Amino acid sequence: MSTKVGEISAVPAAWTRRHLLGLEDLSAEEITLILDTAVSFKEATGGCKKKLSSLAGRTCANLFFENSTRTRTSFSLAARRLGADTVDFTASGSSLSKGETFIDTAKNIEAMGIDLVVVRHRTPGTPHLLAQNLSCAVINAGDGPHEHPTQGLLDIMTIREQLGSIKGLTVALVGDIAHSRTARSNIWGLKKLGAHVILCGPSTLVSPLWRDVGVEVSHDLDKILPRCDVLNLLRIQFERQTTMPFPSVREYALLYAMNSERLAKAKEDILILAPGPINRGVELTPDVADGPHSVILEQVTNGLAVRMAVLWLICGTL
Amino acid sequence: MSRILIEGGRVIDPSQQLDRVTNLLIEDGCIAGYDVAANGQDLILDARGKIVSPGLIDIHVHLREPGREEDETIATGTAAALAGGFTSIACMPNTEPPLDTQAQVEFVHHQAALADNCNVYVVACVSRNREGKELAEIGQLVQAGAVGFTDDGTPVYDAELMRRAFEYSSMFDKPILNHAEVRELTSGGVMHEGAVSLLLGLAGMPAAAEDAMVARDILLAEATGGRIHVMHISTQGSVELVRRAKRRNVRVTTEVCPHHFTLTDECLRTFDSNCKMSPPLRAARDVAGCIEGLVDGTIDVICTDHAPHALEKKMQELDRAPFGIVGLETALALVVTKLIEPGILTWPQAIAKMTINPARVLGLEKGTLAIGADADVTIIDPQRKWQVDASRFASKSSNSPFNGWNLTGRAETVLVGGRVKYQAPQN
Repeated sequence: MSTKVGEISAVPAAWTRRHLLGLEDLSAEEITLILDTAVSFKEATGGCKKKLSSLAGRTCANLFFENSTRTRTSFSLAARRLGADTVDFTASGSSLSKGETFIDTAKNIEAMGIDLVVVRHRTPGTPHLLAQNLSCAVINAGDGPHEHPTQGLLDIMTIREQLGSIKGLTVALVGDIAHSRTARSNIWGLKKLGAHVILCGPSTLVSPLWRDVGVEVSHDLDKILPRCDVLNLLRIQFERQTTMPFPSVREYALLYAMNSERLAKAKEDILILAPGPINRGVELTPDVADGPHSVILEQVTNGLAVRMAVLWLICGTL
Repeated sequence: MSRILIEGGRVIDPSQQLDRVTNLLIEDGCIAGYDVAANGQDLILDARGKIVSPGLIDIHVHLREPGREEDETIATGTAAALAGGFTSIACMPNTEPPLDTQAQVEFVHHQAALADNCNVYVVACVSRNREGKELAEIGQLVQAGAVGFTDDGTPVYDAELMRRAFEYSSMFDKPILNHAEVRELTSGGVMHEGAVSLLLGLAGMPAAAEDAMVARDILLAEATGGRIHVMHISTQGSVELVRRAKRRNVRVTTEVCPHHFTLTDECLRTFDSNCKMSPPLRAARDVAGCIEGLVDGTIDVICTDHAPHALEKKMQELDRAPFGIVGLETALALVVTKLIEPGILTWPQAIAKMTINPARVLGLEKGTLAIGADADVTIIDPQRKWQVDASRFASKSSNSPFNGWNLTGRAETVLVGGRVKYQAPQN
C-alpha cells in the first residue's frame, strides 16, 4: 500500500463505489484497499489523535434510527478527524412517529446539503432503500441483523494487524449468529481474504444452511477450539429474539462462554475478539476479556481508522 | 336485438372441451351460436390469429373499498380486472369494516353496478368482524349473494370455529376459503425462511407454517364433509398435502398466484417491498412444486391475490411495508410467458384454470361459452409483446414486482354480458 493519505487528496482509482452497504458485494481487492488505507490513516494520525483536512468542506450526517454509542461516536470522530462537518440525527423509535416516512425524513436531511449519510436501522435493507432514493452517498452502520460492514472491517483489520495475514487462518464466530450483523459482515470479509470460517453456537442460533456459503457449522465449541486461530465472541442479542433460543443464560455460558479452562485448550497465540458491548460472564469471562489474548480495545481503536478510510474513499467518489 | 360476431378466432372453452377456429355469435348478451357467417351483425370483431376464451375469472381479489380507498376502489379495481382480461372477480372481505353483514355485501354489489365494469362476487367473512371468535351470519350472507366465506388477510385460526364453519356452510354448499398460516411460526416474518432470509438477516416465514394449517384444514374438511379451498398455495409441501387429499376424495380445491410460480425468495435480495407478500415468495423447490401441481391438476385455479397498496405504504422499511402486490393486469401475460410458451401448460389447460375451474369452486354460472350462457368473452392476442408499465395500470396502485418486465400475451378485447367493456391500447 503506497497511499500516503496525509499528502494526497485523490482516492485510488481502484475504488469506484459510491456507497458502502455491505461486505458481501465487495471484492477481496476492495476490502484490502480499505484495510490498507485504514493502516495509513492510523499511521498518519498517530493512533487517530491528529486532525487532517482531507474532507474539509464535506458534511456527514449520522442517521441513527437505532441506539448506538460506540459506532456513532466512532463515525463522528472519524469524520471530524478528517475535517468534515458532522450532523447527528437520532430518531427514538419510529420515523413515522410524526407521520413522516423514513425516506422523507432522509430526503429532508439530505436537502440541508449533506454529502454522506451514515445510517443505522433495525430493518435489513434500509441503507439500500436510502441509496436508491437519495443522491448522496450512504454508509451502512448496521441494518438489523443483516450487515455491519465497518465492524467486519475493523475486526479483520485487527486480526491482520496481530497475525500478519488473513489467508489460511481458522476464525470461529461464536454465539448468536442468527441475529448478528457483525457475523454476516465477518463471514463475507474473512472468506474473501482466504480464512476458514467456523460458525459455532446452539443449533437454534446457527443454521445448517450456512454451510451452503462455504463455512463450517459447529455446535460444540470444545471440539473446534484447538483448531482456531481467532475466536470472535458475539453477543447474545436478547432484544432481537422473539422466543428464547436456549433454556437459560447459565446453560449457554456453560456450553459456549470463553473462560480460562477453555483458553488452556486453545492454541497458545489464540486471538480473542468481541465486537461489544460484551456481556461479561456470558460470552466470555472477565479474565479472558481483560487477558493477554484479548484485542477488544484494539478493535475499537482500529474502528476509528477503518471509518476514516471508508469516509475518505467514499467521499472521493462524490 | 343486438348481434355481435366474433370472427375467425381460436375458440377455447374447456367447459365444453372446445378448441377450434370458428365464428362465435352473441345475441342480446348471450352466446347464441357457432359457425355463423358474417351477415349484417351490429358489430363484427376480427379475431383471426387470436384466442377467444370464456371471460377470465379471478376469485381472489382485494378491492379495498370500503375503508381503504387510497389503495383501490371498486371502480378502479374492476377497471383493472377488465384491463387484465377478467370479466368476473370475487372480492375478499378484509375491508374496513369487513364484509360480514348483508348490508356490506349489498354495498359492494351496488358499487360494482355503479362502476359497470365487470361482474363482482363477494366472498364474505367466516367470522363476525373477522375476529375469528364466532361465526358471521352465513345464512343471511348467502341470501345477500355471498358465494363463499373466508377471513382472508388472516387465517381462520380457531380449529373449533373452523370445524363449525365447515359444518354450517355445508347447508348452503358454499366453500370455506382459508389463508393457511400458523402465526406462531411466522411472527415478525417478512419473507420465506430459508437460505436467502438467513443471508439477509430478515425474519423468515417457514414453509411449515403453511403446510401445518393446510393439513389441519384438510383433516377438518374431511371430518365434516365441508369444502375447503386452500388460498394462494405456495409450498411444495402444501401442494403434496392437497394432492393426497384429492386422492382420498376430500372436498378440497386450491389456487396459485402467478408470483408464486414465477418468482423465488431470491427477489428479496434487492430489499424491494414489491416482493413482499404473504404467503411469501418461496424457494425454487416450492416454485417447482407449484408448477408440478398445475400440470397434474392438483392446483385447480390460477388467481391473482390482487393486493393494491398506495405508494406511501410500500415506500417504507421492509418490515413496515404491507404484504401484497397488484396482479390483475399482469396475470394473463405471466401465464402465457411462464406457463404456456415454455410448454408447461397447454392453452386449454391454462384457460380452464382461469375460467371454468374458478367458476366451479364458487358455484358461479360463468366460465363457459355454452349456448345460452352470458356472453362474457375475452379475446386474447397470444403473440403480443408488451412491457409492463405499472404507472399506466388501471388499478389505483402500482405495487408490482413485474414493472419493466417484457411479457407476451394480452387481453385485446373484453366483453361482459355481450357488451364490449375493454379494448387494449395499441401500445
